Amino acid sequence: MHSTNYIVGFVAIMTTVVAIVLTALFLGLKERSDQNAAIFNKRAILSAVKDQLGDQDPKYMGDQEVLDVFSNQIQQISLDMSGAEVSTADIEALGYKGGQAEHIDMKKEKKKPEGERVLPLYVFDTGSDKIYIISVRGNGLWDEIWGNIALGSDLNTIVGAAFDHQGETPGLGAEIKDNPSFPNMFKGKKIYDENGKYHSVIGVKGGTTKEDFHKVDVISGATVTSDGVTEMMVRGVKYYEPYFNKIQSK
Amino acid sequence: MAENTVQETQVQAKPKEPLFGKKERKLLSDPLNDNNPITVQVLGVCSALAVTSLVYPSVVMSIAVVFVCAFSSLFTSLLRNSIPKQVRMIVQLVIIATLVTIVELVLKGFNYPIYKQLSVYIGLIITNCIVMGRLEAFAMANKPWRSFLDGVGNGLGYGAILIIVAFFREVFGKGTLFAGSPLEWNIIGPNNEIVSYTINTAAEGSWLGWYSNNGLMVMPAAAMFLIGIFIWIQRSYNKKLIDIS
Repeated sequence: MHSTNYIVGFVAIMTTVVAIVLTALFLGLKERSDQNAAIFNKRAILSAVKDQLGDQDPKYMGDQEVLDVFSNQIQQISLDMSGAEVSTADIEALGYKGGQAEHIDMKKEKKKPEGERVLPLYVFDTGSDKIYIISVRGNGLWDEIWGNIALGSDLNTIVGAAFDHQGETPGLGAEIKDNPSFPNMFKGKKIYDENGKYHSVIGVKGGTTKEDFHKVDVISGATVTSDGVTEMMVRGVKYYEPYFNKIQSK
Repeated sequence: MAENTVQETQVQAKPKEPLFGKKERKLLSDPLNDNNPITVQVLGVCSALAVTSLVYPSVVMSIAVVFVCAFSSLFTSLLRNSIPKQVRMIVQLVIIATLVTIVELVLKGFNYPIYKQLSVYIGLIITNCIVMGRLEAFAMANKPWRSFLDGVGNGLGYGAILIIVAFFREVFGKGTLFAGSPLEWNIIGPNNEIVSYTINTAAEGSWLGWYSNNGLMVMPAAAMFLIGIFIWIQRSYNKKLIDIS
């Protein structure tokens, strides 16, 4: 049998060795993994404007290509809830290192009271046109769901959408991401009706047509996830309304 | 749960041990069939149900488990005479957790999408009963090289089942193969515009065009059925596994 001193010594030495090894590895790979996370995020944003990227599919674009498109064609704007632009320094003051819209953590923002949130907005320049990509976040069945919605230059028509989720059921709720026909249904839908009244896009059970500008078909068997998408689309898109009104009245 | 006590107790001290003698080869091949961690020992089923909806993540998961299993066995065996008996489980757990964290950090640095996809399951290798089970049952009582082989063998046995299950689930559930990897195949399913992968063999009017993807196969329950079927097949072929009692 070992003495107590031996046990304490053994455990202490082992923990120290393990701590040193893991810290070294973590620090050594930190830059790489941070960059990977940033590329992952940018790729998700670009998948909302898949159609406008020509024959390039963001899913298969190389890492460098993603970074290039992002830095050359996208302008990042951070907004507060009143529609005013927030400066880089102010975003950094909120704890988001880097201070750009891409550094805003939507998960943290969702926990804040509505009035205090900041919103990321990405303006994608196709060369002839401007596309506004907004980020929305809500709750699915098991965990959070989120999406990037691309609005045409009329700030009304949706030209692309991409959704993702934390842990929705594969084959049911996870279809919002896995089945491209779901985000595709959002294309051509409109946020406002002819009278300028806000509707956003809601999910309904079956029977929508191309002319139903504010409705998409939901996924059967995934009622809660679909309701989450509807809620997120109605609430999340409205956050950007003050800013859109501002630039339209200019 | 585990009925794996037959061959691990009698391996000890011989003047000269060959690197790949009969016993060593047995250590590698046994877990693949006679003593498979999933179908015979019924360990590690949780992650086998959860990650097997696609082949590619299953392959990555298998590699991770082989790595963790092999090296935790090696380190435990190296330290086996100096590990205080009172805290041996904690020591084993620290070794496993360290290796799993290494896997997690390396994946995060070199294959971020798959890291995202496997998410919590990489971390859950720590609680995978196979790893801890082998450390307690084998590595604590055997020499490093043999323990290492035992770890590799059990990791492979686990991985083999994982990949077989994932193959059936992906093909019949999603109609694809290796989705998410650089080599993607779209094998069956009527609707090409829904999934457009790099290699598309399911062109319109293909002979498998009538098949519509089975939603059940995407769910973890399908893995349960598949593993059950494997156990059935294995037991009816492998005489050693027939339970007399």
